[in-house]
Amino acid sequence: MGSLKRYVVKRLLQTLVILIGISAITFFLSRVAPSDPAALWVGLHARAEQIEKARKELGLDKPLHIQYLIYMRDLIGGRWGTSYRTRRPVIEDIINYLPASMELAIAGQIIASLVGIPLGVIAASKKDKKIDHASRLFGILTVSIPSFWIALMLQIFFSRTLGLLPLEGRLSSNVARMNPIERVTGFYLVDSLLTGNFVAFPDALLHIILPALALASYSMGLSLRMTRSTMIEVLREKYIVTARAFGIPENTIKFRYALKNAIIPTLTVLGIVFGWSLTGVFLVEVVFNWPGLGTYTWRAILAVDYPVIVAVSIIAALIIVIINLILDLTQVYLDPRVRL
Amino acid sequence: MTTLFKGSGEKEARFREIRLIMYQITRNPLTLTSLIILGAVVFMAIFAPWISPYPVYGYNLEEKYEPPSLEHPFGTDYLGRDILSRVMFGARLSLLAGVAIVVISVAIGWPLGVIAGYRGGIIEDVIMRITDMFLAFPSLVLALVIAFLLGPSLINSMIAISVTWWPWYTRLARADTASLKQRAFVEASRAVGLSDLGIMFRHILPNTVAPIIVQATMDLGTAILAEAGLSFLGLGAQAPEPEWGLMISGGRSVILSAWWYATFPGIFIFITAAAFNLLGDGLREALDPRLRRIRGA
Repeated sequence: MGSLKRYVVKRLLQTLVILIGISAITFFLSRVAPSDPAALWVGLHARAEQIEKARKELGLDKPLHIQYLIYMRDLIGGRWGTSYRTRRPVIEDIINYLPASMELAIAGQIIASLVGIPLGVIAASKKDKKIDHASRLFGILTVSIPSFWIALMLQIFFSRTLGLLPLEGRLSSNVARMNPIERVTGFYLVDSLLTGNFVAFPDALLHIILPALALASYSMGLSLRMTRSTMIEVLREKYIVTARAFGIPENTIKFRYALKNAIIPTLTVLGIVFGWSLTGVFLVEVVFNWPGLGTYTWRAILAVDYPVIVAVSIIAALIIVIINLILDLTQVYLDPRVRL
Repeated sequence: MTTLFKGSGEKEARFREIRLIMYQITRNPLTLTSLIILGAVVFMAIFAPWISPYPVYGYNLEEKYEPPSLEHPFGTDYLGRDILSRVMFGARLSLLAGVAIVVISVAIGWPLGVIAGYRGGIIEDVIMRITDMFLAFPSLVLALVIAFLLGPSLINSMIAISVTWWPWYTRLARADTASLKQRAFVEASRAVGLSDLGIMFRHILPNTVAPIIVQATMDLGTAILAEAGLSFLGLGAQAPEPEWGLMISGGRSVILSAWWYATFPGIFIFITAAAFNLLGDGLREALDPRLRRIRGA
């Protein structure tokens, strides 16, 4: 177990280095902004001495490395600035909007994995047969669809033409008024069940279908392609060849021996795919007016709201780093070889 | 030092290799289809001023939001502009953006990867840790921030996407270089006194071309998607430019009444990106001898 501990410590240190790097990049970005941060802070009609005063207050007159340390202190202390638009601390806004995005990203991820991973396994085990070519084509086509466009197409078809699903939003307005969901986790599907709100649950479920589908289109193809290639690698291993030589039935080989070993790389696939879902959220949310981080960021872009934009990039990177860390550690736990 | 090994025999072998690759590409119906589609899109982009039925910025307020008809096969937009003509001109912007993004990313990432893989040690560590930091960000989010800070425009969004993409090429080139370094021809070049720089750029760089080309071809599709995404959010091309993503953004608000406005530009983004991805996939198979042998060619 000594080597496992050493691995975990090494991995944590690596993560720390990456986090410092992220903060350095965002610090750099927030300082090279084309306009003067101090001038932005005091507003449009400020006088020169006001800007000078703001520069002192914001610490912009200090040397760059001191500025960076101040920036780090505020970052760790959760003082991420105030949104110019909402006039609330950015961190509060983010905590408010993040669960909506996470819920959507997870829903998209579930759809993508349920379709992509089995198709990938089938394609790999029927390599170079018709079904393999078909699923590869499917994989390529799905990663080529602009998510914001497929979102609009889904709206046209399921909302406008068929009238089956709601056009946008997270909840119907009458449900939100009559049966509002009490906030526990911020995930509507979870909270409505926890609080026994069985009017809101089906409504929230109907609302999440279209955005989750739009989001899943890209991740579906990605997980299909990645599962296919890892599965092909596994099927090429010597122990599979040996198993075949011993006359063990093909299905036992594929689903007992091969899949078990393909699950570990598939975890990595899931991590990468989730990263993409999180990115896709930024475009899909805007189309569906989904009250999450994506829509929040889009409004900030339109309002030239600097602190929000920079903070969102930090939080997005933070989520990806944490997910990768968790996945890596799970992998070590599952696969004794990685510990070495 | 290439003269040391190059004879007429090698030239012939190289020629045969190229013929084999061409054969592989044309034999695969999907790859062939993708080439035809890309040919058509490139043709459309180059000849847009001559083949588009209407001028790109010409508006006619009496014909706004006309549904698709014989006169306007893709309908018209809120200023009565012909969407087909604008889609044709849009091909110019999207192809240009895609190529520029990939070229900039390759130009930064590839040499850095070769240097990291060849030199190893501290130089490698520093370069690779920097790429790790960039790759920790979801690339569209980082691109969004950079495009925002630079100020919204087509060129700035291209720069922003490139800044987030080069690390992928660094990783790719580093891995290949590290294995090439062990090969006999590198050893031989060193033995005859070629400098490190000479070895890197004359022997290693050319040998990492194939995987870079495959990756770059696929990335052209993704680059077009990313560019359209930023334009859709208002951080890329600005009105009245006929950019596909921007047109979809314009069609979004009238999606229930004028479905054609967002639909047609999106179809073109989709088929162009799909064609690049298919071509990249076909190229990978044609260029990778391991995959080739398995397919029994």
